[in-house]
Amino acid sequence: MNENDINMTGHVSIRLASERVNHCVASSNDTPRFYTPGEVISGMQDFMRGHGTYVEDNCLKSSVAGVMQKVNKLICVRPLKSRYVGEIGDVVVGRVLEVQQRRWKVETNSRLDSILQLSSVNLPGGELRRRSAEDEQTMRKHLKEGDLISAEVQSVFADGSLSLHTRSLKYGKLSQGVLVKVFPSLIRRRKNHFHNLPCGVSVIIGNNGFIWLSPRLEEATIDENPDETKNNELQPVDSIDRETLARLKNCIAALVASKMMLDDSSIMFAYEESLKYEDVKELLDPEAMLDVAFMTQHRLNNLMDE
Amino acid sequence: MAGILLSHTEKVYITHGVKNEYRSDGRSNIDYRPMELETDVVSHASGSARLRLANTDILVGVKTEIDVPKPDKPGLGKIEFFVDCSANATPEFEGRGGEQLANSISNIMLRAYQSAQAFNLKQLCIFEGKQCWKLYIDILILECGGNLCDAVSLAVKAALFNTRIPFVKAALMDGGNVDLQLSDDPFDSKWLDVGSAPLLVTLCRIGEKCVVDPTAEEESCSLVSLIVGVTGNPKYYNDYEDEEELPAFEAKCSVISMHGPGSVSPQNLRDAINQGIIAAVCLDEALGKTLFRERRDTEQFKRHSYGFLK
Repeated sequence: MNENDINMTGHVSIRLASERVNHCVASSNDTPRFYTPGEVISGMQDFMRGHGTYVEDNCLKSSVAGVMQKVNKLICVRPLKSRYVGEIGDVVVGRVLEVQQRRWKVETNSRLDSILQLSSVNLPGGELRRRSAEDEQTMRKHLKEGDLISAEVQSVFADGSLSLHTRSLKYGKLSQGVLVKVFPSLIRRRKNHFHNLPCGVSVIIGNNGFIWLSPRLEEATIDENPDETKNNELQPVDSIDRETLARLKNCIAALVASKMMLDDSSIMFAYEESLKYEDVKELLDPEAMLDVAFMTQHRLNNLMDE
Repeated sequence: MAGILLSHTEKVYITHGVKNEYRSDGRSNIDYRPMELETDVVSHASGSARLRLANTDILVGVKTEIDVPKPDKPGLGKIEFFVDCSANATPEFEGRGGEQLANSISNIMLRAYQSAQAFNLKQLCIFEGKQCWKLYIDILILECGGNLCDAVSLAVKAALFNTRIPFVKAALMDGGNVDLQLSDDPFDSKWLDVGSAPLLVTLCRIGEKCVVDPTAEEESCSLVSLIVGVTGNPKYYNDYEDEEELPAFEAKCSVISMHGPGSVSPQNLRDAINQGIIAAVCLDEALGKTLFRERRDTEQFKRHSYGFLK
């Protein structure tokens, strides 16, 4: 298939299903065995039934599509695509859905909406102070419907829904930037999920699969009075930052299409590999996406070997 | 359309991006996201196509049936659109939730196809005043990622391009009734002529400028969107021996429709329509070339169907 045929008109590209790109980058000997729902994993002889499995006709079967994990005699199947299952201490990015009595309802890609209590946010003026009735009435001034926040999981309720807190300066409302949504299973757990990338962008890789990309803030703006930061956050982002954000967004999309684990190093490698495509929109092309993912995998493998 | 929640600062970011002609994924205001197309995916339909534009997934099937033409248009066939918003796309479509959106899309498609310059209904006539073909075009929205109208119109044109209509072998007059005998061989049929079939282009006004192919996020930033239906160029859909003999082509607007509470000034409206026509001509050329490439591949070897498996 010749390349010119596809990109003839520049602004529009329509390809055929027969020209579809296979995004797999793993070499054939290290692709894990993939189980589909209802597939027999083993006979029932002294194995224990874990998450993502069920017993039928004396056989252990998978109830989700994913890879098998075995710990001694316990067999679990970890699904590739699933909702976020929260754990205490996870960093998440979420969107405020509703303002309720003394709490906010937050969408975090979990099965149930998460809760942010009024008592677990830092209110302006003093670390420790009583929440008055006035605070309750001005909750919408603090966070309103649609606002994005970064937060930490404080506790998990019995039904699996999460309680969040933002009692640290690094958490709180997010300003201008881009939200990228990926599968939570692709996020690699790290000590730190807040990164300032060398390309001048700060990124929050939420454990729930929401990744927030924003231009790096100058340290000075944080301490200034609230009115000035308010003005600051509506200033247009300059075009260099905008291009970097767009490039990072497309790089993450390329890594996700190839089902690669995301952390700061894989994102940064992908960014560096993508620099050979001068125009950011070229990265929307499936072939370029595969190329970036493949080169990133190559560099990660080299890093592992060393 | 199916709106999503965005924070004020995200909207500010998108609006400034459109102003600078640099959107959040690096596209300019006139760029489309890459699309994927496959025709002949439904074996029991006369013609079918599946189009995927980023996260928007459309499946179109065309069925043919013999019908009696309308008394005031004895020489013309009939065409009917039906849009089904699957609840798979978003939970909002569950029950009757998608009905309003479905009706608005099928209405605008019908209006776009009504003009004789857009789609020639004469080719569906079998026996003037007595019998004609009726095309049932069923559009299924499987996934919703913004820009539904454009994707639907592209998929419909591809499905019509793929549609075969059987030849009539013999007609018997029995009193006032006509008894038709159709050919049994599925290959003893003619392709529809869809060269001039219209494509829809949605222009979303964000701030002062208009963008094509908005994402779901961009759609929720815009107060008003304009849908322009533009007729296609038959040159891209037919194998003409001599291209120079063709009459000069001029893209014509077959439908204009506005959605949303916002307003557009007359000057902006004119600019937007021109932008829409330019975009439609690009789309039409790309679609025609892709369809031809697929037809050529099919003729050369037995193609196997890809469908939804990756």
